[in-house]
Amino acid sequence: MTDIQEILEKVTSKYGKQRSALMPALQAIVKEKNYLSDEDIVAVAKTFDLSTAEVYGTATFYTFLDTVPRGKYVIRVCKTISCHMAGKDEIIEALQKTLKIKVGETTVDKKFSLLTANCMGWCHKGPVMLINDEVYPELTPQKAIEIIQSYQQK
Amino acid sequence: MENKLKKVDLIFCKTCQDDIEVVKKALKRNPDDIINEIIDSGLKGRGGAGFPTGLKWKFAKAQPSDIKYVVCNADEGEPGTFKDREILDQVPTKVLAGMAICAYCIGAKEGFIYLRAEYNFMLNKLNQIVEEFNSKMKEVGLNFEIQIRSGAGAYVCGEESALFESIEGKRGEPRNKPPFPTVVGLFGKPTVINNVETFVYTAMINHLGAQRFKELGTQDSRGSKVFSVSGDTPKAGIYELELGMTVEDFVKEFGDGDTKAVQVGGASGHCVPRKKFENTIIGFEGIPTGGSMMLFNSSRSMYNVLKDYLEFFTEESCGQCTPCRVGCQQLLKGIEAVKRGERPASYLEELKKLAQTMRIAAKCGLGQSVANPFISIVDNFKEEIIY
Amino acid sequence: MSNYMVNLKINNIPVSVPEGTTILEAAKKLNFRIPTLCYHEDLSVAGNCRVCVVEQVGARLLQAACAIPASEGMEILTNSNKVRQARKHIIELLLSEHRADCTECYKNGNCELQDLAHEYGVNQHLFIDLARKRNYTIDRSSPSIIKDDSRCIRCQRCVRTCDELQGVSALAVAYKGEHQKISTFFEHPMFEVVCTNCGQCINRCPTGALIEKTYIDEVWDAINDPNKHVVVQTAPAVRIGLGEVLGYEPGERVTGKMVTALKLLGFDSVLDTDFTADLTIMEEGTELLTRLKKALVDKEKVALPMMTSCSPGWIKFQEHLFPNLLENLSTCKSPQQMFGALAKTYYAQKRGIDPKNIVSVSIMPCTAKKFEANRPEMRSSGYQDVDYVLTTRELGLMIKQAGIDFMKLPDSPYDNIMGESTGAAVIFGATGGVMEAALRTAYEIVTGREVPFRNLNITPVRGFEGIREATVKIEGCLPEWSFLEGVELKVAVAHGLANAKKLMQAVNDGILSYHFIEVMACPGGCLGGGGQPIPTNLEIRKKRAEAIYAEDEGMPLRKSHENPEIHLIYQDFLGKPLSHKSHELLHTHYIPRKRY
Ligand SMILES: Cc1cc2nc3c(=O)[nH]c(=O)nc-3n(C[C@H](O)[C@H](O)[C@H](O)COP(=O)(O)O)c2cc1C
Ligand code: SF4
Ligand code: SF4
Ligand code: SF4
Ligand code: SF4
Ligand code: FES
Ligand code: FES
Repeated sequence: MTDIQEILEKVTSKYGKQRSALMPALQAIVKEKNYLSDEDIVAVAKTFDLSTAEVYGTATFYTFLDTVPRGKYVIRVCKTISCHMAGKDEIIEALQKTLKIKVGETTVDKKFSLLTANCMGWCHKGPVMLINDEVYPELTPQKAIEIIQSYQQK
Repeated sequence: MENKLKKVDLIFCKTCQDDIEVVKKALKRNPDDIINEIIDSGLKGRGGAGFPTGLKWKFAKAQPSDIKYVVCNADEGEPGTFKDREILDQVPTKVLAGMAICAYCIGAKEGFIYLRAEYNFMLNKLNQIVEEFNSKMKEVGLNFEIQIRSGAGAYVCGEESALFESIEGKRGEPRNKPPFPTVVGLFGKPTVINNVETFVYTAMINHLGAQRFKELGTQDSRGSKVFSVSGDTPKAGIYELELGMTVEDFVKEFGDGDTKAVQVGGASGHCVPRKKFENTIIGFEGIPTGGSMMLFNSSRSMYNVLKDYLEFFTEESCGQCTPCRVGCQQLLKGIEAVKRGERPASYLEELKKLAQTMRIAAKCGLGQSVANPFISIVDNFKEEIIY
Repeated sequence: MSNYMVNLKINNIPVSVPEGTTILEAAKKLNFRIPTLCYHEDLSVAGNCRVCVVEQVGARLLQAACAIPASEGMEILTNSNKVRQARKHIIELLLSEHRADCTECYKNGNCELQDLAHEYGVNQHLFIDLARKRNYTIDRSSPSIIKDDSRCIRCQRCVRTCDELQGVSALAVAYKGEHQKISTFFEHPMFEVVCTNCGQCINRCPTGALIEKTYIDEVWDAINDPNKHVVVQTAPAVRIGLGEVLGYEPGERVTGKMVTALKLLGFDSVLDTDFTADLTIMEEGTELLTRLKKALVDKEKVALPMMTSCSPGWIKFQEHLFPNLLENLSTCKSPQQMFGALAKTYYAQKRGIDPKNIVSVSIMPCTAKKFEANRPEMRSSGYQDVDYVLTTRELGLMIKQAGIDFMKLPDSPYDNIMGESTGAAVIFGATGGVMEAALRTAYEIVTGREVPFRNLNITPVRGFEGIREATVKIEGCLPEWSFLEGVELKVAVAHGLANAKKLMQAVNDGILSYHFIEVMACPGGCLGGGGQPIPTNLEIRKKRAEAIYAEDEGMPLRKSHENPEIHLIYQDFLGKPLSHKSHELLHTHYIPRKRY
């Protein structure tokens, strides 16, 4: 796992130390570490000369900037209308069974977190899910399980 | 009745224009002429609000500031909308060309694309394209550089001032207006913010001329527009259509034969029931849309549809203003209570009044538009809500 | 603001205002009050509560009067049916999210939400009660502040206060949508975060979501315990603030009435923090001169500029944000804590009372002093030096509880000993006051002459400018102070921690250098303290300041070193300033704390 200072240096060398670099910094940390820990936010606050509460407040505004521990692969199933109509419930059901966790939880091996999210811009090909940045449209329960299995082998 | 639906192929056509040439051509023209042509074309913003694009550029140009910005709104979060993703995926340089022309016109040196986090899968590719484009701009002598910034999962960041806040590293809370972005925008500087699709049309108008654009559409809704079609339809997907059609025309083409309602404009749009298909025009004279068209057939419960929307808004409201933060929760809890019989059916009337208050008193477009689906669904499908 | 005027009509009455004026301000000019919640004169405009909406004729949307500038030709209606309906809805919505059991609420009777609910005749039960089902946290971890999320209306005034006025940002807005809330870092308890306990957020919270932790019941118990001798001290700024809680306009001096009331409440001895304010000047003044001597004569390395230490919010701020500058703080305790230490030693001896039976109560304009009294260092007497700290507001409430008709009370003098004071002590209550008091004394010690300012009023250090500087040239020194001859003593004064932060940054970076700096955590100094009556704004603070300076001018003695009781305590008990005993009882040390 990359050191937090390393991540921050990379971000600040590209985006500077103004507040406008805050989002890239938080995004970079989440990309590396899957979530923002107490200590990571302290490091960010120091770097940008902001209060920790301020950074925490900003991070929690954004659904993708998690402040609770998440697994290596964060699965987000779209729960909005088109995907709802196309059967997102069955997909979630199948994923919960396969991963043996409920929505909002993380597997014990810290490999997967199962979450729901709002419309992802693939409504014509619902149901759809994201695994980290990867998109998986036109899911069926079977397809979803197979995708998870391929990740389990990674 | 004859089907008046007219498909158009301007946006996705890859052979229609060489985008660098289009910019070069623009650089030889007077910025005022370009802006006037866009005004003349009647192009209105494709992001939903429909502000005349040429005027927006004109206002920004008039601002006496050394620093100005051009921002491309690629936050596309409206449920049922996915056309901007397709545009950026298929014809990204058209968007960049539009931004460059805008920069030239208003005098901006920096541009930003705010790309929603859900579209991160195309980030690397897009970054490369942007880099190449940036160096091409140097070659053709335009001092303009574009950067991409990612969102992080917040629908409200599609609202222009919330988007600026987000780029500035803050919570995406919409600002008070006025001042408008053309005066005080990103980093407090005059800014033009346009939708992905809008930029493509500006490039095209510059290339093909306003006349070609004006030939399409109606008095109030010039040109064509990309529609995202989903829901109960055998033909879900993306279509560029001439503006000015009725919902009836649309349903004929896309319905599954059993369409009972069409939601025009996404969760924040209006629900059109079957009996109003014929008399409802899709466009600024009727129901405007950022492109989302969702069809529902008679197997669907409109209560569930409305509940879905309200859950969406309850979560995605930025939470700062009272009418929206609490209003959304009340509308949601309210219809649930009516459904369960805990509140009388007449409570829906109270809720409609509340929705009216939200429409006029909420701080930004999000809270203001919750009344659209709420009132149109409750009015047209009252029985489904109650029983 | 520009000179360009815009003309508009409000409720059909024409008015002309400078460009940039908000609708709210323009309406005020015509004597139309528009209700507000998130708006506060001391803060930037948020425009989020929406209760100030007005109708603009011809516009589809209502406009937030606090945020929208008046423009040419505008026609505004502040009280149309549309407006009233919207406002009523908004208040009803806020109440639906709110644990509105007013009778159990500390802010009952002084709550902006309650007032509006009353004014608009709202139906509290129109909408579904969302508060009941929610798990709101009530954070009682701090000895100064209670944060009760169930009474929060998310106006963000506290967040703006903590950021804009105090530069601390212990509170921030977190999450979005229905989950949006006011939060500390990772929702840690207030006691564990950078909060300075200054209470400025309390002063600006429109509801009962941020309140002081109250110790009224404990104090009643002590008063009613026959075995306890309860002494009370009153800080300088209480006497010019208390009246506001009890029916007076801001700026009323109620010193004598307050003393009478305290006696009626049953305190055994009513004494004055001003006495230890004078003592502070003796100790701190001497400390400054000693540091200067070390620096100028002995060429020793001493921490300069020296900084005042009587504002516990400022102390905690410094411990968190500039731990490298802790050496610069005067080691003097605040007057409250000096008083506490002496109450259970000097006073106890003189009065022949066993200190374990003394309960020492202080009435303060401050919430940070509640925290300070609880600091483990503050037990020099062998007991907790100050047992209970009440705010000006709490004292007002006690007087009300006792059914005392305050306005009709006669005046009484303070008891002795430790009840005598000078005008120099009174001005501790205003920003710049400690500096002025210190200069009055130090200058005279060094030169044998009064400070060269008319009527002893050192006006350059007065006022409400965030950071003020002054230079006092020392001339004609007494022989023992000859090393100061011709020295230009450079001083600075800051109030409000955001200003202090700027000043400290500059000092830290070596951009600015001074000999002596006074900092008060609260805007305006203690007169604007976190325990003072609510509401507060610049106008009110100015009136309080006028009252303080009037009180000073009305005192027979106006220099700390002239206080006869001060002579007495040095003679009988302490020896001399900075003596061993002084160090033991009157001085303290500071602890670096985490900024993040
Ligand atoms: C809640 C909300 C979300 C929005 N989301 C988007 C969006 O995703 N994309 C977009 O282009 N405009 C969106 N808008 C509209 C923008 O605020 C703005 O009007 C638009 O980007 C201007 O570009 P245009 O004139 O080209 O349409 C949104 C508005 C609101 C109130
Ligand atoms: S309307 Fe909703 S999204 Fe817009 S500012 Fe208000 S709370 Fe935020
Ligand atoms: S905060 Fe105000 S409205 Fe709420 S319970 Fe207390 S007094 Fe009542
Ligand atoms: S008491 Fe002062 S420091 Fe603490 S949260 Fe309130 S304003 Fe901020
Ligand atoms: S705690 Fe008070 S000041 Fe802060 S947001 Fe809540 S109601 Fe407003
Ligand atoms: S509704 Fe699921 S992607 Fe749009
Ligand atoms: S007072 Fe104007 S919006 Fe709150």
